[in-house]
Amino acid sequence: METTEKQFVPADFKSEQSVRWCPGCGDHAILNVLHKAMADLGVAPEKTAVISGIGCSSRLPYYMNTYGMHTIHGRAAAIATGLKTARPDMTVWQISGDGDGLAIGGNHFIHAVRRNIDINILLFNNKIYGLTKGQYSPTSDRGAVTKSSPYGTTEDPFIPAELVFGARGNFFARSIDIALDTTKEVMLAAARHHGASVVEVLQNCVIFNNGSHSFLSDKERRDEHTIHLRQGEKMLFGKEMERGLVQDGFGLKAVKIGEDGWTIDDVLVHDATTPTNFLHQQLAMMDGHELPLAIGVIRDVASPTYEAEVEAQVEAVKGKKNFRNLRDMILSTSETWTVGGEAEKE
Amino acid sequence: MPHRSGASHSEGDAAKTQLIMLPGTNVKTLERVVIRFSGDSGDGMQLAGNIFSNVSAGEGSQISTFPDYPAEIRAPQGSLSGVSGFQVNVGKGVHTPGDEADVLVAMNPAALKTNLRYLKPGGIIICDVDTFRPADLKKAEYATDDPVAELGIDPARIMLVPMTTLLKHTLKDSGMDPKSVMKCKNMLALGLICWLFDSPVESVLRKLEKKFAKKPAVYEANAKVIRAGWDYGHNTHSSMPTYRIESEAVKPGTYTDVNGNTATAWGLIMASEKSGRPLFLGSYPITPATDILHELAKRKDLGVKACQMEDEIAGVCSAIGASYAGHLAVTSTSGPGLALKSEGIGLAVMAELPLVVIDVQRGGPSTGLPTKTEQTDLMQALYGRNGESPLCVLAAASPTDCFTMAFEAARIAIEHMTPVILLTDAFIANGSSAWRVPEEEDYPEIRPHFVDASRLEQGWKPFDRDENLVRYWAVPGTPGAMHRVGGLEKDIRTSAISTDGKNHEKMVNIRREKIARIANDIPELQVAGNPDADTILVGWGGTYGHLYTAAEELNAEGCDVAFAHFRYINPLPKNALEVLSRYRRVIVAELNTGQFADYLQMHLPGRRVDRINKVEGQPFMVREIVEGVKSFLGGNEGSINETGNTNSNEA
Repeated sequence: METTEKQFVPADFKSEQSVRWCPGCGDHAILNVLHKAMADLGVAPEKTAVISGIGCSSRLPYYMNTYGMHTIHGRAAAIATGLKTARPDMTVWQISGDGDGLAIGGNHFIHAVRRNIDINILLFNNKIYGLTKGQYSPTSDRGAVTKSSPYGTTEDPFIPAELVFGARGNFFARSIDIALDTTKEVMLAAARHHGASVVEVLQNCVIFNNGSHSFLSDKERRDEHTIHLRQGEKMLFGKEMERGLVQDGFGLKAVKIGEDGWTIDDVLVHDATTPTNFLHQQLAMMDGHELPLAIGVIRDVASPTYEAEVEAQVEAVKGKKNFRNLRDMILSTSETWTVGGEAEKE
Repeated sequence: MPHRSGASHSEGDAAKTQLIMLPGTNVKTLERVVIRFSGDSGDGMQLAGNIFSNVSAGEGSQISTFPDYPAEIRAPQGSLSGVSGFQVNVGKGVHTPGDEADVLVAMNPAALKTNLRYLKPGGIIICDVDTFRPADLKKAEYATDDPVAELGIDPARIMLVPMTTLLKHTLKDSGMDPKSVMKCKNMLALGLICWLFDSPVESVLRKLEKKFAKKPAVYEANAKVIRAGWDYGHNTHSSMPTYRIESEAVKPGTYTDVNGNTATAWGLIMASEKSGRPLFLGSYPITPATDILHELAKRKDLGVKACQMEDEIAGVCSAIGASYAGHLAVTSTSGPGLALKSEGIGLAVMAELPLVVIDVQRGGPSTGLPTKTEQTDLMQALYGRNGESPLCVLAAASPTDCFTMAFEAARIAIEHMTPVILLTDAFIANGSSAWRVPEEEDYPEIRPHFVDASRLEQGWKPFDRDENLVRYWAVPGTPGAMHRVGGLEKDIRTSAISTDGKNHEKMVNIRREKIARIANDIPELQVAGNPDADTILVGWGGTYGHLYTAAEELNAEGCDVAFAHFRYINPLPKNALEVLSRYRRVIVAELNTGQFADYLQMHLPGRRVDRINKVEGQPFMVREIVEGVKSFLGGNEGSINETGNTNSNEA
């Protein structure tokens, strides 16, 4: 990541295009936070590229004063991979919705994560297809009633984090559209992580799926239903931080400190950097019902990145062979013969 | 020397006499000769053939080779389905691997059975008689224990050589295990061929010595076996003359033997050097295009980034990302993969990004005939996208022309900011010929159409255009040129998203006209053969060698034909329609059911276009084209002729 000393403000990353999302859409908040996060990050607009697929959230690149592409449905990860591999000096963000990223683009998503290309994938999860006006998505809950599932869906959803871990991902973070500070915090962490980083932002579709995350985002309820994980800190939640997560056999359990003999010493300390993903996965799978939904950086483990390894291999092989150009390579590696007097000897 | 079957020296000698005493001549020199090596996939037939053709090329012969291999990687040994062939044509005026072979080398009864049909009448056969064992004959589905009689082969035309016995005897003191010994059998065949064509073993040994520089023991064993093969031919047929293949003066330079896929990869590298744009390949393995990926993956030593992506779509999309990033971006595939890439290519059309798409055509539709050749993706390349989606389509004419046309595809893509589809095919991709390694100055500079500082200062918009309607390339990292591109329609003035209908129509027309104007930047159509004839034979892409040779033969026989071959399909060369209009009869020969003929007919309203078509997964034979043209010249006014392979349509 090429940062500069120059100070940026959010306006440096805003384009002149007027934003056309529905009033009240969660995307507005995420866009504003992204402008702020980019200013804080210190990477110049010309060193930044924002790549999206198709869907409501995928309009986002038009609102950025950076390099960007609004591409085709599902393919943002593949296009971002090509861009980053060609130009490791660019900081590349990918914007995808749950349909774009996990249905039509599911294959590219898991392979971008597996390959560990250094792109920052922002996954706007509203559990619905908005731009096509209200069909269920691969993250819609079982039984969700939508225009294409009038009697409820008969299939299980993906949990994005589970896909990331299944694809051996090394960075996963989560936020909620209204949690502006958390969203900025995880965006910055994602950008600073070397490798594929996935940030799931639970986002409200005010038209077709209004309130789908409200038990996690309402002021009165969110403290009981979510836990903000912070590196090196105890896993505490609740209005008074009176509750904590403890180990319970192979699983996790939410307990009240001081009740049933549980003390603060029993509460787990978060470590996003431990290579084993067993506990990360358990934390990421908490859904806000039995156990609180985890927001913040859940996993952040250093690992070799694809584009840097490609670059290093190119340099190593070039150095070893030391060919000047194509002709030199052909003459050095192919069986050749010479016709006529003036030509080069074999 | 031991002989096991009825073949005797005198019979072998008779075969030689027949080969050399060509009708009307008794010279020992031939203009060109076709040899077909056939055996199990693991018999090393391609290596033996390559060495022979390269040695001949080194002595001034022209060469053309063609492998014919099954889709199965290792079909059961000795079975009919497991036979692969490798045909080489060496000599003077060589433009194709040859219709039929003068000499067939068959390493087992299955190879003999499946390849006999590729032998010329009067051609000779060299066969390993040691493989005529009951088990081998059964695997090759013979009904009797005498394959020669069963196949109706004239015993005078077949040299039954106890290759396995000779081989074991030659290497008995080498300390090699039996499996390694058997691997040298191809060299025994090569030694026999060297003797037959009076080719000095020494130049073959020099090639081998280089090849096995790091394995002297392997070299020694192979050298011994080649000599044994040569000696066997010499000692058992010593009274017979051997003959030489003619050579001719070629342009001085350093030559190598290259196949179409490798030439394609190299042409792209040359374009990268000439444009200063680093080369990026996004690809997914698919027969018969994968060797382009293999070659470019090796060329990390020249700075190439070749990425094997998760699927065909990711192949084209990663290339689009790299193109936006300022690279010479390429994706390589075959027909089914091109279908998957369609939407991505449409994005490159809409975003007006340079992109090279290589389609090595194979038999279709669907999975079709993966290892066989066809020219059936033309319509897909021209029209296989949603919306009005024009792009440039090129086609390479021969294995070595793949280099030139890959370079051209990259040049046009970069200088005209457009995707370009280059059509090659399994025949030229796997076939090879001698190729002069280009000098630095043989190819022109490619000038990327970058946005410059003065244009940026004047308020540049991403879809501003020059006089050729080409937009400018603003490479990420450039301050002040931040911009977004995408698949949505944009306003003709501001480049912002626009859904206005009138504006859309203007943009559609601009994108079409931009491609049409490429015609100003490509060579005009040349006419070969007899330009003053009434009839013109027309082809495109990989059939060039066969059509050229057919035109040559027709004119030599007094059937006057002109000949024109298309490598630039969309747009057509500026003079193309005018040239074709000069001829009373236009005959298009192609390996499909008439796609290019239809395309030309569309551009030549009111004109009739006659057709010679073949869709058998195999290249044309020169003979088929000669006969096809003759059937039209003989007053046949269309419809299906007696051979069933020609017909014509009234416009």
